[in-house]
Parts: sequence; structure tokens; C-alpha cells
Amino acid sequence: MTPTSGTPEALSAPLVVEFPFTRSLGPVQSAFLTGLRERTVLGVRTADGRVLVPPVEYDPVTAEEIRDLAEVGTTGTVTTWAWNPAPRRDQPLDTPFAWVLVRLDGADTALLHVLDAAGPDAVRAGMRVRVRWARERTGAITDIACFEPYEGGEASEPVPHTGEFADPVTGITTPARLDYTYAPGRAQSRYLAALAERRTVGERCPSCRKVYVPPRGACPTCGVATRDQVEVGPDGTVTTFCIVNIKAKNLDIEVPYVYAHIALDGADLALHARIGGIPYDQVRMGLRVRPVWRDGSRFPDHYRPTGEPDADYDSYKGLV
Amino acid sequence: MSATPGPAAGTPQVPDTPPAREIAVVAFAQSDHTRDSAEVSEAELLLPVLQDVLGQAGLRAGEIDFTCSGSSDYLAGRAFSFTMALDSVGAWPPIAESHVETDGAWALYEAWVKLLTGDAETALVYAYGKSSSGEVRDVLTRQLDPYYVAPLWPDSVALAALQAQALIDAGATDEAALAGVAARSRADAAANPHAQLTGPVPHGPYAVRPLHTGDCPPVTDGAAAVVLAAGDTARRLCDRPAWIRGMDHRTEAHGLGVRDLTDSPSARLAAERAGACERPVDTAELHAPFSSQEVILRRALRLDDAVRINPSGGALAANPMMATGLIRIGEAAQRIGRGDSRRALAHATSGPCLQQNLVAVLEGEPR
Repeated sequence: MTPTSGTPEALSAPLVVEFPFTRSLGPVQSAFLTGLRERTVLGVRTADGRVLVPPVEYDPVTAEEIRDLAEVGTTGTVTTWAWNPAPRRDQPLDTPFAWVLVRLDGADTALLHVLDAAGPDAVRAGMRVRVRWARERTGAITDIACFEPYEGGEASEPVPHTGEFADPVTGITTPARLDYTYAPGRAQSRYLAALAERRTVGERCPSCRKVYVPPRGACPTCGVATRDQVEVGPDGTVTTFCIVNIKAKNLDIEVPYVYAHIALDGADLALHARIGGIPYDQVRMGLRVRPVWRDGSRFPDHYRPTGEPDADYDSYKGLV
Repeated sequence: MSATPGPAAGTPQVPDTPPAREIAVVAFAQSDHTRDSAEVSEAELLLPVLQDVLGQAGLRAGEIDFTCSGSSDYLAGRAFSFTMALDSVGAWPPIAESHVETDGAWALYEAWVKLLTGDAETALVYAYGKSSSGEVRDVLTRQLDPYYVAPLWPDSVALAALQAQALIDAGATDEAALAGVAARSRADAAANPHAQLTGPVPHGPYAVRPLHTGDCPPVTDGAAAVVLAAGDTARRLCDRPAWIRGMDHRTEAHGLGVRDLTDSPSARLAAERAGACERPVDTAELHAPFSSQEVILRRALRLDDAVRINPSGGALAANPMMATGLIRIGEAAQRIGRGDSRRALAHATSGPCLQQNLVAVLEGEPR
């Protein structure tokens, strides 16, 4: 155990989170989004006679289920706006535009979308706009490409609509990507930096004296910062294990194989890794193992038996 | 704009029975707020804050009856990231613990209810956010209606700007007045050692018009923690507890186009239910990330010029997402603890355009 000094530079790495959210639609949402595909804008009428666009499944005031659909105009009036001089990656237009809330003719509430206008001086509350339809429409809010300025008066009253269309849209898939920079912090940066030199370094709690591997900067029992760095291993003891029989996607390891909890010598927390160099059905609790490194790797590929006699159960039972 | 709205009128006061048990804020701590804390993990960011707050209360980890935290995995971009932060609490052997995926002010609400039931004498509430991990303007779009709104990726500044323009068109403010709110906040923040953006800050170019960069909060990494205690325990742990006389939270309809964006009826209702209108407050810590939102809240809560608004500098001086609201309660309590306030209102918000609002009323005991 050698407390070492010096903090390597905190690590960071790009982290991209990307997911295609698939969502099913309620009857009102389905009618509205299918309608957009057919260049028709539908609202829903509340018990007190107001027409909500975009339509919702439940009255925002009374919470009662609302289903009476009505077709409103594709022209409307801007109720408020904001000029965006620098469009962001996934926003509807890639040139400067106005965010707008638009009350479509016949509707009592406003829809959020964007307005393609020459500049902020060309936009004001009360201005008339109309829908510019997307060329390809799938049944999504983006079937409205944007709004555009329009010279013309208010259209007629909302017209009752069944909401029935051929081939209705029943679900939407909305891809989303967020870009992060992951920074693991001081303790994990120190751990990873040592691991790159093929050393495993844990940290000791000043209160209960336990050595945590990998360290996360705090003792989860005492709630205090871990301070002293302690080199552990490289050898360790299998405390428990499982036999993996299902091949993981993108993982080039033949099944069955063994995944184990390993208490490195000097550590008070078992870490987990694959066991190799021994038939899967001969791995056992107490097996003594040591890491196997591959060139260019920042962490052990797997652990293999050392050939020593098995560890006595009492020596690791507190870590099972 | 009028900074002095008319007398309370309209909604009748809801007569509430007073809380069955006295609960107080007995300690508050926060980190120094920074643009980027890449050198520390969330647990490492929290540790000194938790040590500080427990030290003030004279308690050790493990002596707390209930722990509740507020954070959002979306800020970190990692599922269940809040479980890692629990390392800094000393959660083993198992503690009674809960988490809210929103501002820590709501975690404090949960802890307050837990203490009111008599199940706990003390509670630790903490919150943190490392917005530097991602592009917070984009990240926050993912909290919006996934059917009609989120596919357009309207960022948090854009939505606040729509609200600000509506407020300007209603004649309630103008860009110069908004600049004044921002300048006052950052001037006050100069006396706050934890603040990030202090002193003269240029109003700057438009971020999204009508909001200038100076009307927007900084992007912040930071953490905060509060200890609550009941009755005589609070008196034992703290010389001058800040008693929570009432607390309530309310929400607006989720459709932006359904709401009157120039008003905050949910904040007003929460304030009424929390008893804020029974007697005037001398201080208000308002969670208004954008200068225009302070104008809306002052009008909605009928706070006149006699009320000291955001002496800490508020969210315009430091905005550690998920902790900013909790900090408002902590700052108000600290002001009471110092004897600078007798009765204070603390407000927290969450969501776009003041979507959800929480109001707490705190008082010191007469000296």
C-alpha cells in the first residue's frame, strides 16, 4: 500500500446519447397528426365550446375526456413571437427565423411553431400567417414545415370533423440526439490513469479504513471523501461468479464464459471481470486469479488462474 | 412597467389549518458556482457541501432520519446518475432515502411532508446539477410535450423569449427595465461569495429577441444542501431556525398556447395556499432564471417595492439547474438566521415559462 501523490489531469470523453423514442398516440392526437399529413388542421372542442389547437385528449381545465373534433383554418394570427438569430441543430429552419405562437383561424388557443420571415422587423403580434406544408408528410408536427407571412383576413368558423382518415397514424418515432462531455472526476481519473499503466489503485476511507476499487471519491458507508491512494492486486480471489450463456451483441466472446466478482488483494470491494484460461465449468469461489492485458488496452482483457491453491472462504467471505 | 402592482384582489384566500408540526430550515450550504466543474464528479462536487451543512447542524451522516435529493439524469446524460451521488451521503447501512427528478425545492417539499407526518425529526435535502456536461438549452427541450413540441427543439431561451415578448406587448415591461433587473441582480450578487456572475455584466446582443444575453442565466455547475428539523430538535440544532410557515406547489396547463404567458396563476395559488398573503413579507427569493420572469412573478405574487427581491442575486447570478430553487429557500432561511429578515417568501420553478411553481413562507421567531 503506497499512498501516491500528484493528481493527473481530470479525464473527459465525448458521450453521445441517441434514442428513437417510439410513442403511441391517443385518438385525438392520432386524428390531429394524420390530419396534418392530409393538409388538414384539426382542433378539439371543450365542453364550454372553446376549440383547442393543437388538440389534447383531456380538457386542460376540467380534465374531462374531450373527443369532438373540428377543422380549423390553415391561416392564423401570431399571438407572441421571438426572433432566433442563430438556429440550433435540430430546429425546423436553418436560417434565422421567428418562434411563434399562432392562433389558427377558428381556434381559441395557440400552436407553437416557427415563422419564416425576412427579419425581426417583419414580425409582430397580430400579424397574419399561413401554414407552409412540408413536401413529404408522415403524420408529425413537422408536417408543418413552418408558417409564412400572409395577407388576408380571418377565415370561417371551425367545421365539425369526424377525425377519420384512411390509414391513420397511430404512433410516432422521434429521434433525439444529445451530445455530452463525460468527466469522471478526480478519483476515477486517478484510477483510470493508473490503470493505463497497468496498476490498479483504490482509495482508502479515512474513517472506516476500507479500500474502494474502483474509487469514486467518497466512502458510501461513512459519507466522507476518500484520500489515500492504495495500490491493490494485481492478483485477487473470485468471490462469486456466473456462467454467461447468451451472446451479447457486438461482443466477440464465445459462450459459455464466466463473469466473476474478484476481490483484488488489499481491496475491500470486489470488482467484476471475465475469467479466462480455464474451462467455464471449473471456475469456483476462492479461485486465485490475475489480470491478462492486451497491447494497447487501458484495462485488463480478462483474469486467468494464478495456479495457487484456492483462498480460504473465511479470507473473502466479507466481500461476497 | 409598474413595479407596484395593485392591492391583493380576486382569488379568495383559502383558509388552511396551520401545519400540525413546526418544521424549520436549520442549516444551508452551497458550492461555489462555476461554469464548468469537469475536475470533479457529482459525488465529489456534493461532498464538501454535505460536510458543510451537516457540520452547521452538528450532525453526522447516519444521524439523519430522512434524505431526499433533486437532480436530473438528462443533465449528466447518464441513466440513474443520482445513485452515484448517494456515495457522498453515507447511504450504507441503508438509509431512508428518496429522490425527485426536478429541482431540489421539490425534494425539500417531500422532506417537509415526511417531517409533518411525524415519521422523522430531521431531514437532509440536497440537489446538484452539472449543466456543463451537455448543451443545456437543447437538453431542456426533452422535457417538453413529445408529440407536438419537442420535435421542434424549442430551446429554453426561445421559450422564455416568447414569454418576454408577450409581456412587453402587454405593456408590463420593456427591454430597458429587463436590463435593470439583470443589473440589480448581479450588483447584489457581488456580496454573495458563491455567485458566478457578479458586478457589471453587459446586457449584450440578443440571445433570442427580445432577450439579450444579459437577461439569461449563466450556465452553471453547482450543488446545495439544507437540513430540516422539527420543533425542539430544530431549536437544539440551530440558534435561529427559519420556520416554514407554509409551502405549496402548483402547475400550469402544459400547452404553452393555452396559457396566459404574462401571468403565473399557479405561483399565485401556491403563495396563497402557503399563507404568503396573510401578512406582508420583507424579503422574496424568486427563482426567475430570466429577467422577464422576475417581472411576472412580482406581479403575480403582488410584491411591492417594499419587498427586498433576490438579495442573493438570484438565478441570474448562478443557475445550477435542479439546485437553483432549493438555493432560494436556503438563501431566505439564511437571511432569517442572520436577522436580516423577519418573514420571507421563497419561490422555486421548474419547466418552461414558469410551468411549475413552489412557494414557501419562512419566519424567524420574534427576538
